[in-house]
Amino acid sequence: MITRKLLTALLASAAMTGMAQAADLRIGLQEDPDVLDPDQARTFVGRIVFESLCDKLINISPDQSFVPELATEWSWSDDGLTLTMQLREGAVFHDGTPFNAEAVVANIERSKTLPESRRKSELTSVESVAATGEYEVTFTLANPDATLIAQLSDRSGMMLSPTAAEELGLDLATNPVCSGPYKFVERIDQDRIVLEKFAEYYNADNYHLDRVIFLPIPDTTVRLANLRSGDLDMLERLAPSDAAGVQADGSLQFVSAVSQGYQGITVNLNNGARSESPFGKDARVRKAFSLAIDREAVNQVVFEGVYAPGNQHVPPTSPWYDERHPVEARDVAAARALLDEAGVDRLALEIQAPNNPVQMQLMQVIQSMVAEAGFDISIRATEFASMLQAQTAGDYQGSQVGWSGRTDPDGNLHAFVTCEGGLNDSKFCSEDVDRLLNAARTTNDMDERRAIYAEAQDILMAELPIIYLYHQTWLWALRGNVTGFEGYPDGMIRLAGVRVE
Amino acid sequence: MSVTAVAVPARSRSRAWRKLRANRAALVGAVLVAFFVAIAVMAPILPIPDPAATDWGKIRLAPSTQHWLGTDEIGRDILSRMIWGARASLLAGVVSVAIAVLIGVPFGLIAGYFGGWVDSVIARATDALLAMPFLIMAIALAAFLGPSLTNAMIAIGLSAVPIFIRLTRGQVLAVKTEDYVEGARAIGLGHLAIMTAYILPNVIPPILVQATLTVATAIIAEASLSFLGLGQQPPSPSWGSMLNTAKNFLSQAPWMAVWPGAAIFLVVMGFNLMGDGLRDALDPREH
Amino acid sequence: MLSYILRRILIAIPTLILVSIFVFMLQKLLPGDPVLVMAGEERDPEVLAYLREQYRLNDPLIVQYFHWVGNVLQGDFGMSLRTRQPVATLIADKLPVTIQLAVMAMIFAFLIGIPAGILSAVRKGTLTDYIANFIALSGLSIPNFWLGIMLILLVSVNLGWLPASGYEPLWRDPVRSIETMIMPAFVLGTALAATLMRHTRSAMLGVLQSDYVRTARAKGLRGRVVVMKHAFRNAVLPIVTLSALLFGELLAGAVLTEQIFTIPGFGKLIVDAVFNRDYAVVQGVVLCTAVGFILMNLIADVLYVLLNPRMRQSL
Repeated sequence: MITRKLLTALLASAAMTGMAQAADLRIGLQEDPDVLDPDQARTFVGRIVFESLCDKLINISPDQSFVPELATEWSWSDDGLTLTMQLREGAVFHDGTPFNAEAVVANIERSKTLPESRRKSELTSVESVAATGEYEVTFTLANPDATLIAQLSDRSGMMLSPTAAEELGLDLATNPVCSGPYKFVERIDQDRIVLEKFAEYYNADNYHLDRVIFLPIPDTTVRLANLRSGDLDMLERLAPSDAAGVQADGSLQFVSAVSQGYQGITVNLNNGARSESPFGKDARVRKAFSLAIDREAVNQVVFEGVYAPGNQHVPPTSPWYDERHPVEARDVAAARALLDEAGVDRLALEIQAPNNPVQMQLMQVIQSMVAEAGFDISIRATEFASMLQAQTAGDYQGSQVGWSGRTDPDGNLHAFVTCEGGLNDSKFCSEDVDRLLNAARTTNDMDERRAIYAEAQDILMAELPIIYLYHQTWLWALRGNVTGFEGYPDGMIRLAGVRVE
Repeated sequence: MSVTAVAVPARSRSRAWRKLRANRAALVGAVLVAFFVAIAVMAPILPIPDPAATDWGKIRLAPSTQHWLGTDEIGRDILSRMIWGARASLLAGVVSVAIAVLIGVPFGLIAGYFGGWVDSVIARATDALLAMPFLIMAIALAAFLGPSLTNAMIAIGLSAVPIFIRLTRGQVLAVKTEDYVEGARAIGLGHLAIMTAYILPNVIPPILVQATLTVATAIIAEASLSFLGLGQQPPSPSWGSMLNTAKNFLSQAPWMAVWPGAAIFLVVMGFNLMGDGLRDALDPREH
Repeated sequence: MLSYILRRILIAIPTLILVSIFVFMLQKLLPGDPVLVMAGEERDPEVLAYLREQYRLNDPLIVQYFHWVGNVLQGDFGMSLRTRQPVATLIADKLPVTIQLAVMAMIFAFLIGIPAGILSAVRKGTLTDYIANFIALSGLSIPNFWLGIMLILLVSVNLGWLPASGYEPLWRDPVRSIETMIMPAFVLGTALAATLMRHTRSAMLGVLQSDYVRTARAKGLRGRVVVMKHAFRNAVLPIVTLSALLFGELLAGAVLTEQIFTIPGFGKLIVDAVFNRDYAVVQGVVLCTAVGFILMNLIADVLYVLLNPRMRQSL
């Protein structure tokens, strides 16, 4: 009797998994996402989930140009102070609320006014937004802002159901209601986030999966083992050391895209007492430090050559990269000469870095490289939480940090190097840089902006408030039977056209 | 681990020593520990490469005649790192237990000897501390103090204090009604004198046993903290942090994970064998 | 009897109060500003100030403490700073996971520890005894997390027999649930098995040498009957008591095991919360674990009295 019951249960569950596997996509994530409310969210990994859950006004293409999503077209007024958007007709939110201009207005207002909103600084230029038709909205800006389109192609542009937002308030985070191709089913903290196909999605025919299951598995080895065993269909952020193995494995696929972000060492230039060292006060010393690093070797040794060596806030593959300042080869003699010029014999420095093995490996490689030029580095491995605090409080000399990157170059630069920038922990401050970076925001003309950035770049490359080291490459590994996936430089997972065969 | 409570009068010490020497398992333990202590002490004079010397050309080489245990993720000699790592592990084990004993025993003595409300307060605090998960306490303390080997030792030591308070207190309770203690009190000796001269010597044997066994636990705890990135800092090696790195290269370089784990296993085994031997030797009952 | 149990419970109350204070202080010890962690890449000063206000981080410690205790007594453990999920929900979600892990580990420990203990006591001084002892000591000496990594390498990566991580609730897919839990439960169970084996051995040795068993043997009863019926039955008491104590320890011991195998239980919840400075979660979960530990101790004590006829009479 009991055996029969058990058997039936087993069969039933086997049948269930068998059936479900047909159109389920199980994605291994490196971290567990945070709050599932685009206005409150703050992590990179959260954006990966939102990409399937919440449609944005605008999206990006693999070559990083802007393409329509919920907004079908948009245009700027000549003075750059008015942005008019035509909206998609026939889109609905997961709770059935229709998408229209009123919904956009409600969303932008929520992002700007919700006390918990982390989107305020992204939307500061927006003075007001109005529904100028059922499917037309008009943004009125306080000052021209070329970065707004990029902001609207990210979390600031994600649309929540106004009905649900009204009803649930902050609790929307535990039951997000958007208008994306997949709707929220359940979340088990640190275990899984389950989405299912939203049948009324305007482009539902292009989405072939019944369910998408995100499984946070922080350990890269374990994540890959799960992919190999078939417990996952794909994973993001494959460890570079596993890249060759995946490429050699006939049953797996390997997809990569150079990121929009960077990794580097932020130098404390002017943030409290700990900036008082030749490293913080003398640009020649920073230049020497930079010259002592063999970026290509770092990439080979630590990242198996799959990342991209870099020296700017954008990777060399970016249209915004300044070709006039290429990645320099290592030159210990030149570094030594600069140190002599600065009157430094040997310099002891403490650099803090996140205490994960990869970052430690990186720092140890750099430690031994710069030692040859005359830097005695002690590495302070710090947990992320302590590191953030030390950095804002100025309790550091150098800090190994990264930035996941934004589509508009402004997002990689402005907050970090302008005098009042919210993320400017180095407290670098130059009137010229401020003026230039603010000016770059006021025009939509790419060539004009490039010229302005070039001028700023000359100053930044000389001052080096941040010593850029490399650009991560987003690495995905997929089972052989997953088709139609394409890697994007923003590291997101876009599921249009993806099938499990 | 519970320890059989026994008071050992001085005259039985030589018998205990004989029993210990006759215990082959304890001998094996002592040899294991002695071996690791020896290589840790001799690390600076052994003919091994600098444990921090990197070599980009020799990354993650399998064991060979040139590098007996292979090389790590930035081309350092693993044998050399293992030997230097032994220092971190042993130091962590011994120092943290010393901290725990130095704090725990006096509190236990006071609680057991004076009894009353002093005892109640200390006993309840001990209960409460014991109820907190050991590793979580250690993680929080290590995070609070900042990641370093010294702080890891302090964190582990503090987390182990309640074990020694409880053990000492129990021993004192067993001893304090003995005739010789009553006698000492009758001739008017002060509290401190009675505690140190009459009670403490009887408390020492089980503390010794517990301390040996706790060294074993502390070594694992240090490895665990280093594994979580809260112990020894680079480039200095520690077995736990070596494992932490090795975890990322399991399929490409499994040897990186095998050696440190095996070393922890052996040294901890050594301390456990010694602790067991001590316990048997100090136990007046004959099985 | 009843008064003893009552007294035991009364003693647990000040302990609990102290635990709550320790738990509260524990998280205050942690460096780093939770608000900065919460703000993430975006750091608008206005938002930071608002969050600090919201989570009462500006209040004096003592006010924060009483506020927290007051809420906990009403069953409100607060809200995760990271995901905005109520801590009580998180605890309810995670507890069954860790309990399943602990129970399975316990089963492993019993299956290995008790037979090995009996065997080595009965065959004291023989090769069997030495081997059993050696295995038990190995279980105690092997670092849990290393054993976990090695098993993942061997069983999952190389052989592909069992999943390397994950969790499936027992009611949803029993087979997979057990599959995912076998390795972690084994890892967690080894140290326990060793402890159990050693205690079983010494309890059995004590009983086997007692007059009672000697009499039974003298009466000509067969060896196996004596061992199982007379000796083991008497040795079972300390083992049961010990098991209750060990179960409490298991809840805490699951910390690293869950981290290695990515099991979404209590241990992983606490460690991640500590690193994310998710105060409310750290407090709630550590409090729960500590209370569980105290409860198991209480149960062990009471069991000891209930099962021991002599103690029962003397009380």
